[in-house]
This record gives sequence, C-alpha cells and structure tokens, in this order.
Amino acid sequence: MSMHGQVFVKNNQYKMRGDFHHLTPNTPIRDADNGWRLLGVTNPRDMTYIHSYGGEAVFFESLSQKKLLATRCDNRNCESEGTIHIPFRIHCPDCLARNTIIDLTDIAKKTARIHTFMVCARSGAFNVLAKPITFINIEFDGVPTILMSYLSLGEPAFGMKVVPIFKTSEPTFTILDLSWVPEGTKNNQLPEGFAF
Amino acid sequence: MITFSKQQLKIPRLQRPVYLVTAGQSKFDRAFPDKRTEELCIDAFVMAASLLDISPADLKRSIHTCYYGHFADHFGDQLLGESVIHDRLGLDPLGNVGVKTGGATGGSTIWEGVKAVASGYSDCVLVMGWERMDEVPTDEGNFLISCAADKDWESPLGHIYTGYYAVMAQRYWQIFGRSEDSFRKTLAAIAVKHHGYARFNPFAHSPMKITVDDVLNSPVVAYPLHALDCCLMSVGAACTILCDEETAFRLTKNSKNKPLRIWAAAGSHTLRPADRRHMDIPLLPHETADQYKDLGERFPGGERYPGFTGFLAARMAAYYGYGMAGITDPMEDLDVLELHDAFTISDVQTYEDIGLRPYGYGRDYVESGDCYHTNPHTGQPGRLPSNLSGGLIGCMHAVGATGIMQTLEVATHIWNRWEEIHGDEKTWKDFNREKPDDWTSLQVRGARRGMAISHAGVGSHVTATILMDPDHLMKKDA
Ligand SMILES: [Zn+2]
Repeated sequence: MSMHGQVFVKNNQYKMRGDFHHLTPNTPIRDADNGWRLLGVTNPRDMTYIHSYGGEAVFFESLSQKKLLATRCDNRNCESEGTIHIPFRIHCPDCLARNTIIDLTDIAKKTARIHTFMVCARSGAFNVLAKPITFINIEFDGVPTILMSYLSLGEPAFGMKVVPIFKTSEPTFTILDLSWVPEGTKNNQLPEGFAF
Repeated sequence: MITFSKQQLKIPRLQRPVYLVTAGQSKFDRAFPDKRTEELCIDAFVMAASLLDISPADLKRSIHTCYYGHFADHFGDQLLGESVIHDRLGLDPLGNVGVKTGGATGGSTIWEGVKAVASGYSDCVLVMGWERMDEVPTDEGNFLISCAADKDWESPLGHIYTGYYAVMAQRYWQIFGRSEDSFRKTLAAIAVKHHGYARFNPFAHSPMKITVDDVLNSPVVAYPLHALDCCLMSVGAACTILCDEETAFRLTKNSKNKPLRIWAAAGSHTLRPADRRHMDIPLLPHETADQYKDLGERFPGGERYPGFTGFLAARMAAYYGYGMAGITDPMEDLDVLELHDAFTISDVQTYEDIGLRPYGYGRDYVESGDCYHTNPHTGQPGRLPSNLSGGLIGCMHAVGATGIMQTLEVATHIWNRWEEIHGDEKTWKDFNREKPDDWTSLQVRGARRGMAISHAGVGSHVTATILMDPDHLMKKDA
C-alpha cells in the first residue's frame, strides 16, 4: 500500500510526502424495480487534510506531557480580567487581548467534577472511541467554563469528582489524548497508554 | 457574569412593512433516489406560484433578489449549490446569496430576505431552502453533522452531534425534570403528538400512530432520549416570497392568500456549550427579575443561567422579535406556533426560552393541553397549538428548508387554507401516500398571528419569524 500523506514544516512552508488522496473507482446506482435503469453513481473519496492548530498547538502538545493548559485574560483594562478559559482560548472573548497560558493541571486534579454527562450508544463514521461513549462536562473551581471530554472508567453522576488522565504512549495529539477517571482510580486500572 | 450593552439590546426596526405573500414546499422524505435537488426546489416554487393562482414565470418576473438556505455543502457534495439552484430556476441576472447557520438556516434565510425588503433594496425576494441528506449513509451523515461542532475540541469525541447536545438534555432532565417518570411521559407525549399530526400532512416524512409506551420502548439513543424522541434526517425543499406592500397586494389580487405581515429576528450563543458563561436571565415583556430570584431553590442546580439548560439564542430571538412585532405575552397574543423540536426535551426547553412558560415549568405547556390542536382534557381548541405540521420529529428536518416549512405552515393557518392544502386528495396521490381514513383538519380556527422558531444544534443560532394578519397587528407602527 502507498504511504499516507505526511507533513512537516520547514522555513514556514508545508513539506509534504506520500499520498493525500486514494482513488477508488465509482460505480453505477441502478433501480432494481424498474429494469435496472440508471439512477446515479457513487462518488468515493478519501482525502487527507492539513490542519494547523495555530496558537492552540501548545495545548495539544502538552496533553502528551501530562499537562492540562488553560488561558487567562490578564488585561487590566478588561472587564473580564482574571477569567480563566478551558477550552483554551487564544484571545479573550471580551477584549480580544492575547491571553496568558496557565497550567490548570493541579486545579483539575483537585477540583474537577461532573456538571453533566451522557452515555451515548451511537457514534459517527471515523469514531475511534470505545462505545458506549460517556461524555462528561467538567466544572473546575474558579473557572466559568465547562469543559467537554469523556470518562474512561466508572458510572458518571452530577457532582462526581474526576481526575484527568493523559495519553502519553502513542499520543494522537488530539483532544482524545485527554480523558477522565473517577477520583481514587488506581494506576493499574487506567486504559492502555494513559497516565495520571 | 457577562452583560450586554444597551446598543446590543436595541429592539430592531424595519424601515418599511414586509409581507409574506405565498410559500411552497416539496414532498419530504429520507431519500429521493430519483430526484435531483433542483427538481425538489422547482416543486416548491411551482406550489408557491399556484397558491397565488399565477404562473411560475409570472411570479419570477416580480422577484428582484434571491436568498438561498442550504447548510451542508459536504452533504450534497456540491460547493456553491446555491448557484446550481439559481440557474435551474432561471433567475439570472438577479443577485443571490447563500445563507448557512446550521439547523437555523431556514429561519436565517428568511431573516435575510425580510431585511432586503425592509431596507428598500428589493420589493420582492425569493427565500428558498433545501437539504440533501441522502447522499451518504447514516454513520457518515452523523460524521458530517458532527463537523458543525468545534473540529478540534468536540468533533473527534465520537463524531456524534447527538452526544454533544444530549449532555444538555441530561442536565435539564435531572434539574428541571427531576428525573421523574411523569416528565419522561410528557416528553413521550410530544413525540406521539408530532408523529400523530404528521399523519394528516401529505408532505410529512414520518407519520406514525403511536403511544407513549411505544416511545418509551423505542431504542435508547442517549438516556433519557429514545429513538422516537429525535428529529428526522430528511430531504426536501421549501420557499417563500416576501414583498413590500404594493407588490404584496398586486401579487395576491386574484388569490386566496392574504398578504401577511412578517418580522424575523435572530440570536446567537457559543458554538461550544463549554464556553457558556453565567449571566442574568434576559427578560421578556411579561416577565420580572423577581420571578427568577429563587429559581435555584426551587430547582437545585438551576441557578446558573443559561448554563446547559437554557438557550440564550432562542431567548434573544424572542426578545428582539416580540419587541419588533409588539408581542407582550406570546400565550395571549399568538394563535399558532411551529417550534424546532430537534428532540422532545429541546422542545420543552424552547417553551421556556420563548416565554410560553417561565423557566422551570415548560412541561406544563404540554401537560395543560395548551399545545394541542384540541386540548385532550377539555375537548376544546388548544390555547396555543404547536407543530401541527408534525414538526422536525414527524414532518421533516431537511435543514435548510426547515425554518421555511415551519413558516409556510403558520401562514396556511392564518390564510385559513390549512385544510385545502393538507387535505387535497391529489397531493396525497402525487406523493404516493395514503390519506388516512381518520384524516382530520388541523386548521386553527380564526388564527391571526403565529410564530416559527428555527434553531441550530446546541443553540448557536436561533431565529423567530412572526406572521400576522395585517388587520390584527399588535401595534400600529410595528
Ligand atoms: Zn479580556
């Protein structure tokens, strides 16, 4: 099989290697009830995108280093000065100043609790999480936002204390590298590739 | 705590009255293997012309600009699909533009059309919406829908939008619904109502004669939501024609359609529910801050607004819309509604956002019987019937067309043409659908004013479209 498209950056230019699309022949769609007359065609398409995380790249890199980063507006002239954002926002939504990056790992470990949750039996194409997926939305002390993520172990409940875990072995560098387990979970119970 | 400025809260004002003169729609279904999108759009346009008793060519001659609502290019696999439709409708050389705001696309397209007429730029505009959701199977479709969530922070989580929405439903279910069986049954009653009303609508995709138990026994999608609590994924098109006063009266001269005054307003809120910050509840004209002072005591956990339980965008669309049209109490002033019932529980949440009931008490709109064409407790007409089309659960959710279908439905009641349009034997036959033996007219007798709510996903965009018989306005200078 040919090589999937890979990219690195040199001199601020994308350098690409491998195949960014795979060709699959189309086929006719015919009407079984009407003499197999032609109704249409299939259009297969498999393509690799090149996506920049921009100012959020540090957040996704840090997950694999067992750190949960957030941001804070430190603009003294902003009415929201001191507001902490997780999801990580590069700019303050009120004054648009560039936020300060802060490490929220300790606060998360000590204060994270479930605001709401949902156990979802279904998924869409390209899903890689095990089903059912337990979506959780997490509150932290001193933080006005409520982060969405997923619970890897246990049954969720409102107010339940949870702690973050990070995919340190073969990280995907996506939001899937961050997950949560109930407070008190032991090291040997963690899903494969994850660490506290 | 975030606040909004006086300028942001200004009640919008149209520079001149805008009228809806006609509307049309195609058949709605899960798939149309034998029809291109343009054929569905032309079906809708031809219906709009026929309700005016003029030819499509004559109707086209009045149109000056065109607004096209089509949400998901990647579903139809045609970038700039609006241009294809514009060309096939033969509307060159008119200016046209595509509008996309997720599930609210239909409503937003009307919003744009209203402003074009109100500003004087155009005297007559076409508003047309459609969606092609049958070009991929359901799993792939769920993936495409999930692309409307934040692609780095949400979509990779299962690529299932229902999950991102359902966490909000869970919060409402436990805090305001108190996880009560009685509330679960009320939700099921909404699904029964909407699939049931769809039985009398020849355009509808999912007519079903079901019971509360059928809903509760349908597969769990994400508890407390079962399969029958969820909206459809449909294909179809709908359109409407908006005009200034002179054009409106000219176009309707020989028809049963009375020109209806129209207002449209829009609100928004964070794409990611995660980013929602606390604020005071923006109040509608018939509410006071005092009534919400102890909301958190009455419903522990419900003190945070909008939290994950209210839709700020819907509240703001209602706030702007009611202000423009002079509505002071929707239960008193409106006669018929079409709401965005993406899920039974979001239908209940919307009752509160638009002020049918105070926050925390939405379920009473159903339990009182007010929401029905005929109140099941009294046998009398429901106080403010909603989703007589079947809504998104029973009629359709062909995203770009949905808000326009809703508006058409409201208009047919005010025109007193609901029975004629939905009862026509020829339509049932043309659509290859069987008219039920117990078919019943759902015409709301004496309807003068109505509203349609169009809503995107977790509440990123919501529009309120208000229609009134011009002889029954709420205020003279509206
Ligand atoms: Zn700021």
